[in-house]
Amino acid sequence: MKRNSYRTQMIAFFFLFLAMLLIVVPVGLIIVIIVQKGLPAINWQFLSDIPRQGMRAGGIFPAIVGTVYLVMGAIIFALPIGLLAAIYLSEYSKDNMLTRLIRLAIVNLAGVPSVVYGLFGLALFVVFFKFGASILSGSLTLGIMILPIIITTSREALESVPYSFREVSLSLGASKWQTIRHIVLPNAIPGILTGTILGLGRAAGETAPILFTVAAFYLPQLPSSIFDQAMALPYHLYIISTQVPNVDAKVRYGTAFVLLTLVLFMNLVAVIIRYKFRKKKKW
Amino acid sequence: MAKIITKDLNLWYGGFHALKNISLSFESNRITAIIGPSGCGKSTLLRVFNRMNDFIEGLRQDGEVLIDGVNILNGKTDLVALRKRVGMVFQRPNPFPLSVYENIVFGERIHADSVNQDTLDEVVENSLKSVLLWDELKDKLNKSALMLSLEQKQRLCIARVIAVKPDVLLMDEPCSALDPQATMRIEELMRELKNNYTIIIVTHSMQQAARVSDDAGFMLLGELIEFGNTDQIFTAPHDKRTEDYITGRYG
Repeated sequence: MKRNSYRTQMIAFFFLFLAMLLIVVPVGLIIVIIVQKGLPAINWQFLSDIPRQGMRAGGIFPAIVGTVYLVMGAIIFALPIGLLAAIYLSEYSKDNMLTRLIRLAIVNLAGVPSVVYGLFGLALFVVFFKFGASILSGSLTLGIMILPIIITTSREALESVPYSFREVSLSLGASKWQTIRHIVLPNAIPGILTGTILGLGRAAGETAPILFTVAAFYLPQLPSSIFDQAMALPYHLYIISTQVPNVDAKVRYGTAFVLLTLVLFMNLVAVIIRYKFRKKKKW
Repeated sequence: MAKIITKDLNLWYGGFHALKNISLSFESNRITAIIGPSGCGKSTLLRVFNRMNDFIEGLRQDGEVLIDGVNILNGKTDLVALRKRVGMVFQRPNPFPLSVYENIVFGERIHADSVNQDTLDEVVENSLKSVLLWDELKDKLNKSALMLSLEQKQRLCIARVIAVKPDVLLMDEPCSALDPQATMRIEELMRELKNNYTIIIVTHSMQQAARVSDDAGFMLLGELIEFGNTDQIFTAPHDKRTEDYITGRYG
């Protein structure tokens, strides 16, 4: 009997270990391969120069700048709306049909394939609002795509603020809005920031939503206004990997390395914020 | 003088009749204890006085609650003004995760049209002095309130309420998280405070009610069974159920 249960445990551990490996190994491999093949391409020229010789040489500076612009634009658009929606859902909405509908919409929004966002952005921002293929259209499209992430994480952050804080604040004569503004929001900011940064990472890495809305195949100068097209890292990577013949692998992996570093760096910031917050949290 | 008078107060949570025809009056500058077993409605009654039950869905109440002669169950009641006058101390010490100083000036910051640093300092000093914390904390005003001991936290919460300058203090089992010594000291503080405030305390500890209160009411299943002078309630209760409860036969 004893032996038997011991063996069952060993088998279970074996499968759990296997599952763990299946998760950890690909992540590790991706990072190792990209660093190994991409790092040699990184130098000051690669980071600061425009692409040259049909994107086979030179740098990727316009793509880095484009991605930064797009990510900032997406956040300027998505954070206020997402936060307000989260405040409404967590503090004001009652449990009724409308609320359930909104929640359902958010869950579904999170599940829409990113290429569909691209087509949606093309139809709405590029064509209907006549923004053209521009940073504005691309940012708005990316913004809509990361709204569910921001709303969901912000709502969780708001709801994790203990009810007793709100109760005290109200009992001291604060209005509902004052309570949210002075007590709930300050205590939810770390969680909201974490969600925002995760959203940023997602926006930085997506190709499909910017495909029809902003991304330029090749644009040697930097964009001068939000109505300009721009290059972006993920799309640039796609181009030099599939559309341009004879690109040195070093350039491709270098681009991937920069993109990966950007996204991992943002995630790291999110992790650090969360960690610091956990250490400080005492209720 | 009667500060708070309730007349035929009834309250329902959905279909549950939580308070049944409560009529009683609370005197100024006295401590009134409401005792009774869990679920008898004593906390609910307390929360009627600052309308903290309003956030519960499906709440219905009728009857009258007069504070200084004005019915506060009226739909036109200014809840902000009401809660400034009727402060509440909760069961668990619940300071905000802010500094000692910011905890106390929270009310002032929210209510004052313009905030003046000297006024704030004064509010902090006076409030901490009235809960006998000033000497202990005057050098630690910028420390996080979460670092304080439980007793200090609860005193701070009382100071935070006092800073808003209420005239009624509602206390919902204010000592249930504290050890016996701390409880004694908080009770002493309550006796001190009753000179300036009308205090209503809800407690499940009969000893505490006997020690600290001037008047006492016994509630059971949403009804006020008996109300009177504390000495009379504890030594010569008129109602059999009150006697059974205070002699420990149930509850």
